[in-house]
This record gives sequence, structure tokens and C-alpha cells, in this order.
Amino acid sequence: MAVESIGSPQHAKIAPWNDPVIRGWVFQAVVVGLVGFLAWFLVTNTVENLARQKIASGYAYLSHEAGFEIGDSMISYSPANTYARAILVGMLNTLKVAGLGIIFATILGTLIGVGRLSPNWLLAKICEGYVEAFRNVPLLLWLFLFYKMISEAFPGPRQALNVLNALFLSNRGLYFPVPAADPIHPWMGLGLLAGIAGAVVLHRWGKQRQAATGKPFPSIWAGAALIVGLPILIWLAGGAPHHMSWPELKGFNFVGGTVIQPEFTALLLGLVLYTSAFIAEIVRSGILALNKGQSEAAAALGLSRAQAMRLVLLPQALRLIVPPMTSQYLNITKNSSLAIAIGYPDLVASVNVTINQTGQAIENVLIIMVAYLSVSLSISAFMNWYNKRIALRER
Amino acid sequence: MGWLRQNLFSSWGNGITTVVLLLAIAWLLSWFVDWAVLTAVWTAPSGQDCRGHGACWALIHEKYRYIFFGSFPYEQHWRPLFAVLAMLAMLILSADRRMWNKRLLWIWSIGSATTFLLMFGQINISSSLIFFLALVIGAGGAVLRATVGSPIEINAWRALAGIGVAGLALRLVGLFPAFTLSIAPFSYVETSLWGGLPVTMILATYGLLFAFPLGILLALGRRSNLPLIKSLCVGFIELIRGVPLISLLIMASVMLPLFLPSGMTIDKFLRALVAVILFASAYIAEVIRGGLQSLPKGQFEAADAMGLTYFQKTTLVILPQALRVVIPPLINTFIGFFKDTSLVLIIGIFDFLNTANQALVDPKWAGFPGEIYLFAAFVYFCFCFSMSRYSKYLETELNKGTRR
Repeated sequence: MAVESIGSPQHAKIAPWNDPVIRGWVFQAVVVGLVGFLAWFLVTNTVENLARQKIASGYAYLSHEAGFEIGDSMISYSPANTYARAILVGMLNTLKVAGLGIIFATILGTLIGVGRLSPNWLLAKICEGYVEAFRNVPLLLWLFLFYKMISEAFPGPRQALNVLNALFLSNRGLYFPVPAADPIHPWMGLGLLAGIAGAVVLHRWGKQRQAATGKPFPSIWAGAALIVGLPILIWLAGGAPHHMSWPELKGFNFVGGTVIQPEFTALLLGLVLYTSAFIAEIVRSGILALNKGQSEAAAALGLSRAQAMRLVLLPQALRLIVPPMTSQYLNITKNSSLAIAIGYPDLVASVNVTINQTGQAIENVLIIMVAYLSVSLSISAFMNWYNKRIALRER
Repeated sequence: MGWLRQNLFSSWGNGITTVVLLLAIAWLLSWFVDWAVLTAVWTAPSGQDCRGHGACWALIHEKYRYIFFGSFPYEQHWRPLFAVLAMLAMLILSADRRMWNKRLLWIWSIGSATTFLLMFGQINISSSLIFFLALVIGAGGAVLRATVGSPIEINAWRALAGIGVAGLALRLVGLFPAFTLSIAPFSYVETSLWGGLPVTMILATYGLLFAFPLGILLALGRRSNLPLIKSLCVGFIELIRGVPLISLLIMASVMLPLFLPSGMTIDKFLRALVAVILFASAYIAEVIRGGLQSLPKGQFEAADAMGLTYFQKTTLVILPQALRVVIPPLINTFIGFFKDTSLVLIIGIFDFLNTANQALVDPKWAGFPGEIYLFAAFVYFCFCFSMSRYSKYLETELNKGTRR
């Protein structure tokens, strides 16, 4: 009888309450019903509470006047601007900190991670100490420490450390001169972009030539010359305008020039140092996971340690490194929201002020969530694309 | 000597690096020892006496009780102290592999009861709560032990759940009188007065403890074949992991009161705990998913072939193996949360970092942030470093069976 039923499942009669498909749907219906009920319960309560407390809803407030100052903004902003613009300013600041943080943390983390594998025992131990020190203490504590050190240990603007009447270091930040605005600057920016594009093309061509003829091409130096040279050429062609805007002490603070604020410095420093400790561990374990034969073969070919690292080990380790690195990049982006604790005006800080002024918590929290989700998803999408590109192509 | 040559002076470049590093270390160390020990001020009536000297450890000496225990009534400070010790004992005992059985349940019950009794000072248990607990424990026991317990044991669990249901029903219709079992050996201290190390430890430990079952459910849901359940779980996990903890904390502090029926309020501390639990559960779910994915497919198929139900397969075959694999990464997650609890200071809860921060506000002692933060960093470091070492040890220990 048992033999008969094998291979003829259509004969097997199952009661509906034992049919896995039906059971699956019933089970899902119950769970979705429960979640739906919870959602309905929360929404009705919220609607009731909002009506009772006379809190407006909707996004109309975005076009109202914000009325609060923002200390650091990449686009022009004044308190007379709208809430929407204030939030945009915060968003741009978040992107600025996250972008710079990712770049610096990657560089520093890779150096420390490679340093941990150094044949020099002392250097390896120092790098290990660095990693343990930064990894095992909350990021927020580092931020407070750096911020308080800068704002309390440095002198006030009147006693600012003065370097050649150009650099002023005080507890208001680092003031330094910048070239006064000139119509040539956008063209120099274009030149920079063209230089970068040229360097990429040159690098490809150099690689192809090396593959075809075996002759190496110094594409790094040539590329660097292009990237630096083109903007300088344009600057010279434009008559070399050298009018500068100098910082000057007026009243209680400096005017003119530009400033790197202590909040920004502390935030970037904290994010970079903290995250680089994690990145160092990722890089180290990526390199360690490689077969020892790889470094031995590289040495047998006569490559120096630096060459072996750059040409043989790191490219292969990259495949193991990229996925965990993605989550570190997401962490930097999310951790940049700690800015609020030391008073740097990032997205969360702007939105938080907006919540306090308008009372519209739900809409504003939604803005934060959508903003971070879209940034996170873009970073993941980019890193997944990159990961696919460098993946081992097996035949 | 041979070691020196091989590890420090193997080549010219290496030798130069070593010498430069040694000089740098010597310079830094001499500066630090001078600042932190030789010219440091250990006791002083106020910050004024520290000016012009090295480290002002007198500030720590003056403020350490506030930093550790926050605004808890001063003469009652022994209570948070013993609560911290109870939690430490609980955690250290759970780290011992010989305790990984029924004893764990006792350790955590006794440890938690002691902790909260000491912190609150008294515990009020209403009759409804007792019946509700009986229902949850009875139903849980009956389900979890369904396949392994003896019939008598299962019936005992069922009876417990039955008592719970009956009691709740009687309470609801009003036949059973309301009463509150009150254990009150000490004076009541509300959560707004809690602060310092116990707050950090409670948020991290109990946040993770409650997030753990939620994380298991989410991980199982994410690997389920049922499309609706799967998309719900994936949506929740990715949503939470995509936003910063701060946004959840802000949500918990300003939005949660709006979500509840009018008149119902939740304690601020509890709200932060809810945010931490939701946040942690998404991350734990991903860790556990890693463990589930590491199991060979044969385990699932074999369990199906044995005719086990989904529930039996999961509790008897899959989870015991998957959870074993993820214990070390779970401890790393715990380290992360131990540090991340510091973010609750943004919504005004006095965790360890916040009390350290507040100690700086005193104008009598203004101007010594370095000392306070170094001290706080040292405390955090002790916790996190020892946990990460334990996680490493456990990894090799648990892999002993599979390594050849």
C-alpha cells in the first residue's frame, strides 16, 4: 500500500485542515489580520490624539518661515527661508559629513588594517592598540571628547593662535583665507572634472598597452599631473586672479575667509577614527583569508611588499572586503546623525528643531526615515553594483 | 635577541620604523605619565586648585558616585551598586558553558528579580498580571515541551494556562476581586531618578533579552515560504536597519505618546527600552539568519523526511544548531548595543555617558572634560573589551568539534 502511494500523490487525500497550502494561507491571514488590527488601533488613537491636542497634519508647514539659524550651510540660507530649505540644508550637511567620512575612514582603515599585518612587531601592535581603543568605546563619547577638547582647550577668538596672519585657530574653529569669488572658478572646476576623466582614460590605455607590449606606463603620475595641471592651466589662462578673502577679527569673531567649525571637525574626526577601526579589521581579515601562496608567489616574482599588496593581495581581498565594508559605509551615514548631540546642524538636528516648533512629529519623523532610507538604499545599490563588477568571473 | 632581530630590525626600513615609533612612544608616554600621574591633582576642594597642574583626578574623586549612579537618592546608593553587581554576576555566570541548561533560567529569574527589586525598591504585582503570566508561562511550556515532555508534565503546563485563562475571565467579569501583591522592602524610586551604569546595563541587557525572541521570529519569517509573512518581516528588518537609532528614539519619545489611547502614558525609560528592543531585534534577526543559512540543506530535508512538523523541525533540529553558530556574533552585537545605549542621552535619559556629561556642568569644576571622558571611556572599554575577548574564546571553543 505504501508502495502504491509513491509516485501518485494525486491519490493522497488530505483533509483541508492538514493541507499545507491552505494552512499557509490561513496562518498568513491571521498574522496579517493581527498586524492590520495593530495598525488600525495605532492610527485611530493617533488621529484622535491629534484632533484633541489640535495638532495640524500634512506637509503645509514646509513652506512656512523656519525662523531658526543654521550655523553651517552649503547653500545660502537665512532664518527667513522655509522649513523645506532648512531641512534641505541639514540633508546636505549630512551628505557632506557622510561622504567625507567614508573617504577618510576607508583610507585610514586600510592603512591601519595593512599595518596590523606588518612584519614590524611594534607597528602591528600599535595598530592593534588603535583598533581596540576605538572599537570598544562608544562613538558618542569620542564625539563629546573631541568637541569639548576643541571648544574648551583652544583659546577664544581674541587670543586665537595666529599663523602668518592667515590661519586663525580658536575655539570658534579654524579660519583660513580663500580666493575671492571669480568667474574663472566654475571653469577650473570643469577642468578638474576633465582632468579626472582624462586620468581614467589614460590609466585604461596604460593598462592595455602593458597587457599588449609588457611596457608599464606611469599612469598614476601622469594622471595626477592631468588632474592638478588642467585647473592650473585654466587659472593661468584666465589671467591668474589672486585676490583673496582674508579672515579678520571684528568684534567677538572673525569675518571673511572661510571656517572649519569645531562641531564639524569633532564629528568628522570621531566618525573617521571610530569607523576606521572597524574597517581595519575588515581589511585585515580579508587579506588573512587569502591563500598564503598568493603572497609567496608575488614574492617569488620579485614584487616588493608594497607592490604585492597593491597588485596581488588587495585586489583579491577586495572581493571579501566589499560586502562588510558596505555595512560600515551605511553605519557612517547613520552615525552621522549623532551630530545632534554636539550641535552640528545635520538632517536630524534640523528636523528636530522643526518638530519642536511645529509639533508635527509624525510628518517630520517620516522625513528623517525616508531620507535615511533613500541614502542607505543608494549606497547599498552602488556597493552591490561594485561588488558584482569586481566579482570573480568564473567560466 | 633573535626575536628582536626578526621582528623589529629585519631590514633597514624596518629598523628605521622601529626607532621612529619607539621615539614617538617614549615622547607620548612621558608626556602622558607627567600629565596623568606626576603633576596630577588627586584631591582638591574645587576645580580652581587644579589649574596649572596636570590631570584633575580630584574631579572624578568628587563626582564618581554621581557618574555611576546618577540622581538615585544619595544615601540609597548601595541599591544600584548591588543591582549592578547582581547583573554582573548574572552575565558572568551565563558566560560559563556549564550553566547553559535549565540553570540559566534560574540565574536570570533570580538575577532580574534582585536587580529590579533593588532599583525600584518595591514590586507591585496585580492579580491580572499574575493570571496573565500563568497563561503565558503555561501556554509557552505546553508548546515548547509538547514533543519532549511526559504527558503528566504537559498536562501540568496546560493546567497552569487554564488557571490563567479562568482567572483572567473571572477578573474581566468582576467575579474575582482585584488585589495587588506588593513586595516593598525599600522605598520606591521612580525611573526618572535612575542614572549611570545601572541604566546602561539594564537597557543593553534587557533590550537584547527581549529583542532575542523577536529576532528569532523575524529571521524565521524572513526565510519562510509564505509570501505575506516574508515580505512583512523583510520590510520591518530593512526599515529598521536603514534608519539611525536616533530616529527611532525620537519616534519613541515624541510619537509613541500619540499612538496610545488618551490617558494612557508610558514611562520615558520604558519608551527608550521599546525603541532599543525594536532596533536590536532587526539586527539580531540578520545575525540569526546567517546561522540559519549556514546549516546544510540536508538538515531541513532530513527533518521533513522524519515527518516532523514545521514547529518540531524548527525547535528540535534547526534552531539548536543555528543558534550555536551565532553565539559569538551575537555577543559582538551585544557589544554594539552596549555602546549604542549611550544614544538615549539625546532623549534625556541619564545613562552612564549622560551622567558623566552632567558632571561637567558644575561650574565649580568646569574645564576638565578630558579627565571625565577618559574615565568613562575606560569603564566602557573594560566592559566591551572583556566581552570581545570572551566572544573570541567562545568561537574557538565552539569550533573545537568541527576543526581538524
